[in-house]
Amino acid sequence: MSANLAANTEPALISASNLTCIREERLLFDQLIIEINAGDIVQVEGPNGSGKTSLLRILAGLSQPYEGEIRYKNQLINQSREEFYQNLLYLGHLPGVKGEMTAQENLHFNLTLHGSNINSGEIEDTLALVNLAGFEDSLASHLSAGQHRRISLARLYKSTADIWILDEPFTAIDKQGVHSLEQLFKAHIKQGGCVILTTHQDLLSFAPSQVKKITLDYMGE
Amino acid sequence: MSVVNLSYRTAFSLVLKRDLTIALRHKDDILNPLLFFVIVVTLFPLGIGPEAQTLSRIAPGIIWVAALLSTLLSLDRLFKSDHNDGSLEQMLLSPQPVFILVLAKIVAHWLITGLPLILIAPLLAVLLHLNEQSYSALILTLLLGTPVLSLLGAIGVALTVGIKKGGVLLSLLVLPLYIPVLIFATSAIDTAALGLPYSGQLAIIAALFFGSLTLAPFAVGAALKVSTN
Repeated sequence: MSANLAANTEPALISASNLTCIREERLLFDQLIIEINAGDIVQVEGPNGSGKTSLLRILAGLSQPYEGEIRYKNQLINQSREEFYQNLLYLGHLPGVKGEMTAQENLHFNLTLHGSNINSGEIEDTLALVNLAGFEDSLASHLSAGQHRRISLARLYKSTADIWILDEPFTAIDKQGVHSLEQLFKAHIKQGGCVILTTHQDLLSFAPSQVKKITLDYMGE
Repeated sequence: MSVVNLSYRTAFSLVLKRDLTIALRHKDDILNPLLFFVIVVTLFPLGIGPEAQTLSRIAPGIIWVAALLSTLLSLDRLFKSDHNDGSLEQMLLSPQPVFILVLAKIVAHWLITGLPLILIAPLLAVLLHLNEQSYSALILTLLLGTPVLSLLGAIGVALTVGIKKGGVLLSLLVLPLYIPVLIFATSAIDTAALGLPYSGQLAIIAALFFGSLTLAPFAVGAALKVSTN
């Protein structure tokens, strides 16, 4: 339960109060209080089935909590939907990549839908950053699972959103890729953003004290 | 690179273009419902016999029921694949209002499945000896009626998209909603065959069209939020 105790004049980027989640008649977490400020990197921990994905989906507004509310800069997220979603980048388990479209078309669609104005030269450069140079015009159905994930992660490089919520971003990504993603997270929190992620790996590029942890181990009654 | 607020029109055309691109690269999405439509309609003369009088009497009903079934067959692809690969989630998380994106997807669905039906229907009408005076009524009812099928069907798909085997449930949900369109469309075509004005029936189908055009996208948006919860 990460709470920044320092008195801050800036409102927390994302905060949640009294969050309770019940799935299949099991209590996953109860009265959870979360406050995440600019410059935070938060790792959600817990065994499989402890509700990590549920928590991230609730924070992103995709699922409704049983009880509690989420605020973005002190405003309820369903009252400031447009502003919140302009500043949120959520990547779930599924990469959101269409097999019938090329890598380039997929990235272009995903970026444009979320409000980035980008030309094809920049798209090629971005794909090169995630080691997909030369695959721009390949249909995504001909690419591997790791490459699909890279297409969806490529959005991070062009994102202007403050809040990154990433569910297992390192799945199917090789060591080199994990390292460059961690560098990207570093740059992002330095610029005043925040990163909330789940992963079973340790974040090697960060000092342990730098990473805030939310541990979900409430096993229910 | 800059952040822009997409206008509703750009957001709409972005999704429309994407869905049409996908459909054109995946041609069986277009061909299968159309072939189904053609086959169902051609089965009737084989089963009932080639008497022109009987066929022309039941032609409007056959064509419209086949159109309903073939639309039903194609509905699943509207949100299913987007739901399975996570792009639906991303659409719900975009700053654009959901109803705009949903409307674009429904329009794309109609262009892919409804429009080809309308183009091929006159040929099948010849096969069924449809009364000559009824052709314009057939085309007009299909033009106004098939968008209603896509719009109402989208609500059913949005509600069942999260269910593993939602196919049967989908038809139970959606087919009853199609009944008004079927009744007024076939009645318009029958009236036209008698040489009487059928503008009353057309007006009712038009009302169904505009009613569902304005309300269905919001209902679909809400249903999708429930389904992805």
